Amino acid sequence: MMTVSDQVLAQRDVFGDTLIELIDANPAVYVLDGDLANSTKADVVSRDRPDRFLEMGIAEQNMMGVAAGMATCGIVPWLSSFACFLVNRDLDQLRVVVAQPNLNVKIGAAYSGLLTGKTGKTHQEVSDIAIMRAMPNVTVLAPADGVEVRLCMLAATAWDGPVYVRLTRDPEPVIFDESHNFQIGKSYIVREGTDITLMATGSQTIRVLQAAELLSNEGVSAHVLHVPSIKPIDTEGIVAAAVKTGKVVTAEDHSVIGGLGGAVAELLGEYHPTPIKRVGIADCFGESAANEDLLEKYGLTPRHVAEKAIKML
Amino acid sequence: MSTEHQLTNERHIELRRLAIELRRLVVQSVHHAGAGHLGGPMSAAEILTALYFEILNIHTDEPQHPDRDRFVMSKGHSSIGLYAVLALRGYFPIQELRTFDEINSRLQGHPDMSVLDALDMSTGSLGQGLSPGVGMALAARLNGRNYHTWVLIGDGDSQEGQIWEAAFIAERYQLNNLTAILDWNGLQQYGWATDEGYSVIPRKPAQENPKDKWEAFGWTTVEIDGHDFHQILDACTWAKNQSDPSLIIARTVKGKGISYMENDFSWHSKPVTDDDLKVAQEELAAQEAVLKT
Repeated sequence: MMTVSDQVLAQRDVFGDTLIELIDANPAVYVLDGDLANSTKADVVSRDRPDRFLEMGIAEQNMMGVAAGMATCGIVPWLSSFACFLVNRDLDQLRVVVAQPNLNVKIGAAYSGLLTGKTGKTHQEVSDIAIMRAMPNVTVLAPADGVEVRLCMLAATAWDGPVYVRLTRDPEPVIFDESHNFQIGKSYIVREGTDITLMATGSQTIRVLQAAELLSNEGVSAHVLHVPSIKPIDTEGIVAAAVKTGKVVTAEDHSVIGGLGGAVAELLGEYHPTPIKRVGIADCFGESAANEDLLEKYGLTPRHVAEKAIKML
Repeated sequence: MSTEHQLTNERHIELRRLAIELRRLVVQSVHHAGAGHLGGPMSAAEILTALYFEILNIHTDEPQHPDRDRFVMSKGHSSIGLYAVLALRGYFPIQELRTFDEINSRLQGHPDMSVLDALDMSTGSLGQGLSPGVGMALAARLNGRNYHTWVLIGDGDSQEGQIWEAAFIAERYQLNNLTAILDWNGLQQYGWATDEGYSVIPRKPAQENPKDKWEAFGWTTVEIDGHDFHQILDACTWAKNQSDPSLIIARTVKGKGISYMENDFSWHSKPVTDDDLKVAQEELAAQEAVLKT
């Protein structure tokens, strides 16, 4: 059983450090930045491996196209920008010159979800999973913690084809250790239970583990499945967890439309119809506020997840 | 321009013959498919012929050779012109042009590199070709290779802002191994009204001073007649010896070579009837006959 540890890591710090690790291990890896490296923490590459860092300025459409051209020449470009821009600003470039020819471009989508450091709705991205998972050829990953971010990035770099890695900004507790066997296409049981299954992706899995503790205090045994690989998705693991408890709550720092909740509902509807409730952002945009206020107002706290679960029992 | 490309009279006639053959294949293919673009491929016929038969360092037996020169057709709707020159150059049988736009064909309506390995990039959504060209030129430098990257852009294509994002970055990195060729035919799918309004066929060009715009972005430019092989080849040779990214502004005629298509925006994309095909083939045969005398 995974627990929420006292150690905290910011996914963006791990992103920067792992880029250095990837660069040192693979001469083909380069970082392309959209003038946000000191936010995404890719700036460590600009300082420590400057010959592997290419500033592309505030021009994401061009950056995506440049990455495509480089990928045809054997380079493995990692893009550094915010999720909101990488998903929306250059979506057609991603579609036509990266996804359609299935080129080997890695998208480091920083500042996903609501918790973006008081920047507000323009800089939050609550629809990226829905948009990216509907794009053919694109692999979509949403790691839970800093440990898993590194493993995701290693797997994404080894993967042949475009990969979207959904990252968060602020320090959060660590739940995995280095023995975590991360694989694209797999889900992970992070807590065994019998009464209801909580499925989560990204750093929401940390809050869902906290929700399982709250439920335990109420005498409810929650099974928790972490789904970091949104596409390809672990159909077998998701169906098995639904079969086990017969009830499912999904949770994510993302719209309730088209994200993990949507994907799970699609799968279970087809393979094993199961009562399901979705915790997520209720088809609306966010606002600028402190993280705890955002989680409370938009219904993403452990308490919200636990309450939703109890209503199903 | 200081550099002259060596061209014998015989070779010049051969290139002109190939451009006529390219036009013939384009009209035949679009007639056969019942759909396709015509005006753009016609305006680019000499440019494509010059690149693939004189300028590009390519390997038809190994299309993905790492040292090959790169070519990206940003104005991807002119795909049939590119397919015709690739077939003439020997990348695949000319007969395959009959599959243009058909199910399972490698010759898709817009260039698809995932099915045809003679293509260096997939294009079709306008304004997107120059950025991958920048990426290829950067990769040449990073990988220590000496190839040159060529991108064919259109003046309509250049209304997309991404072209200018790419132009900015190309100069920031001083990519003198990158050349864009502007197929400046002055027309697009519908275009801009003249003083007479939209009810008449003439349209105004989108870009009235490309030289000033591109030079303001730090590119070095040259303006030529885009249907004159001597000027095209001299410009390409010049472009490979610059210290900045270079733009060849090629003044062209949309629909060039087929009288009823020339300067008529409605031939941007239109099915070719049996009668249209007959007239076009007669005109092209007459042009070829002149070459032989």
